[in-house]
Amino acid sequence: MRMSKRLSVKTKGILTVLFVILMALLIAIADRKASDYFVLILNLIAINIIFAVSLNLINGMTGIFSLGHAGFIAIGAYTSVLLTLPIEQKEISYLIKPLIYPFNRIELPFLPAILIAGLVSAGFGYLVAAPSLRLIGDYLAIATLGLGETIRVIANNAWSITNGALGLKGIPAYTNLYWSWGWALITVVVIASLVNSTYGRALKAIREDPIAAKAMGINVFSHQVMSFVIGSFFAGVGGALWAHLITTIDPKSFTFVRTFEILIMVVLGGLGSISGSIIGAAIYTVGLEFLRVLESPFKIWFINYPGVPGMRMVVLSVLLIVLMLFWQRGIMGRNELSWDSIVSAFAKLRRGGKA
Amino acid sequence: MRLSDFVQHLINAFSLGGIYALIAIGYTMVYGILRLINFAHGDIFTYGIYFAFYGVTLFMFPWWVSFITAIFFTAFLGALIERIAYRPLRDAPRISALITAIGVSFFLQNFATVVFGGRAKSFNPQTGMYPVYFLKILKLGDVRIRLVTLITVSIVAISLLVLVWIVYRTKVGMAMRAISKDIPTTRLMGVNADRIITYTFMIGSSLAAIGGILWAMTYPQVYPYTGMVPGLKAFISAVVGGIGSIPGAMLGGFILGVSEIMIVALFPSIAGYRDAIAYVILIFVLLVRPTGILGVEVSEKV
Repeated sequence: MRMSKRLSVKTKGILTVLFVILMALLIAIADRKASDYFVLILNLIAINIIFAVSLNLINGMTGIFSLGHAGFIAIGAYTSVLLTLPIEQKEISYLIKPLIYPFNRIELPFLPAILIAGLVSAGFGYLVAAPSLRLIGDYLAIATLGLGETIRVIANNAWSITNGALGLKGIPAYTNLYWSWGWALITVVVIASLVNSTYGRALKAIREDPIAAKAMGINVFSHQVMSFVIGSFFAGVGGALWAHLITTIDPKSFTFVRTFEILIMVVLGGLGSISGSIIGAAIYTVGLEFLRVLESPFKIWFINYPGVPGMRMVVLSVLLIVLMLFWQRGIMGRNELSWDSIVSAFAKLRRGGKA
Repeated sequence: MRLSDFVQHLINAFSLGGIYALIAIGYTMVYGILRLINFAHGDIFTYGIYFAFYGVTLFMFPWWVSFITAIFFTAFLGALIERIAYRPLRDAPRISALITAIGVSFFLQNFATVVFGGRAKSFNPQTGMYPVYFLKILKLGDVRIRLVTLITVSIVAISLLVLVWIVYRTKVGMAMRAISKDIPTTRLMGVNADRIITYTFMIGSSLAAIGGILWAMTYPQVYPYTGMVPGLKAFISAVVGGIGSIPGAMLGGFILGVSEIMIVALFPSIAGYRDAIAYVILIFVLLVRPTGILGVEVSEKV
């Protein structure tokens, strides 16, 4: 790295503020002008950023291989919906068994519902983390996978709370671009400042070598629990936003396929890179929409392609395998996108890529 | 509960546990050698059923010919997956291999949806999958058992005996046990490790195919996600028994099968939570013995 190319802190600050204002403007324009479909995709990108960055904190930064993210998303989604669903809708929905007190009497605005959803999810994260972090490596992955699935099975059977397999519908569509991108910004800022603090350095030390970290006086267990709880909080928040975007939820929305999807985003962007997770989430969300082309008929020159339903998932899984075989580091590796790296990349382009 | 009911449930439990054990062995053997959780194993199980199904319906084989060819094809499929997806990642970080395994599982499921169709295909005597007399009910006193359950239990027993014979009494088995301890040293002894790993995948996959066909006789359907739940439970069995240990996988499979059937039989009110039983057992066992019941504690060198 050339020291002369480094930007001053002031310039970087101004650039960051400008960038955020520009993004806010773009979102405001999109909110007014863009089609519903485009707005939906933009919302999904923001929510996937929340999921990917929070999973990356747990998996990429701390090195806890957790596969239970879908469970925390489910907890966040169900908690928020139980709080915001209008009382009349609750009376209509719960056919098999009535909803238990106090949920059948309350109807909260969106913000407190999101915060409570995040906190409940974080609370579950704490309960889960304490026993499962005694395990290491693959065993931890299996235990968290099992816990995530257990949460789903409970959601499928606790009729008086979750309305079981019927799920919940008629959820007020509170999520808009300001909510989703606002929370995405909060997630990124909180997790990035955590990662760049002494806590973050401790987390990375644990990732590299838990025993050496312990020898340096880091309390491995409490740092891992902290990382897990913060990750679960944002998973819960994302789940709440997602539920109020799609407006129907049922236990099938939270199978471990969802965890794997988020894992793909994280790995695509680069495990251990926050900007990578953001890029990964955006590419995955948009890419999945582009691959829809494969499911409808089209014609290239003289070849008629009939359009096969389900084809995009086949292509997606092949892409995932190829990605892992030939490009394991993902887009960013463990590097972060910063103004310095952007400026030096531009400088490199100008010199014709010689340096 | 009457004694005859109890015996009946116990036999059903052994048949389910036996199938779990057959699948669990595939997980445990691969993990023992490569330290890789082969997430695609549940889907290999599904493909075993599909091969058997198409052998009868498409190629008009007699059922037993179709079953045997299906087992061979599934073994070949397992070896193929290892060659294409896992071998290039032998020295890569563990997480890359794990994610690749997830990718292969995704691929197999979605490929089946596109090629075989997402609708469930029925696997029963009406479609000629196996003779009608398999469904006959035998009466021993008050105990009533379907013939197919007895067949399942005996095929499982035979397969497990053959497996134990291969692993503990043949040269290939000796090589397998050796490379699960230390691959480089085994290579120095003149063992072709890659070939042994291929054999491991073939054996694991053929056991999965046997398990799959037996499963389909009891739960007469096949669709692209058939293998997901039994695969996951078999995997949990392998972990409960101590992953990497073959007796452990058998023990874990039987523990899971017996507790699943017995808990549902004793407390019918919680039948909906049936799928959660496995996870609860898993978490309890891991908390008490973090490497499973028969697993070996590996101390980490600093």
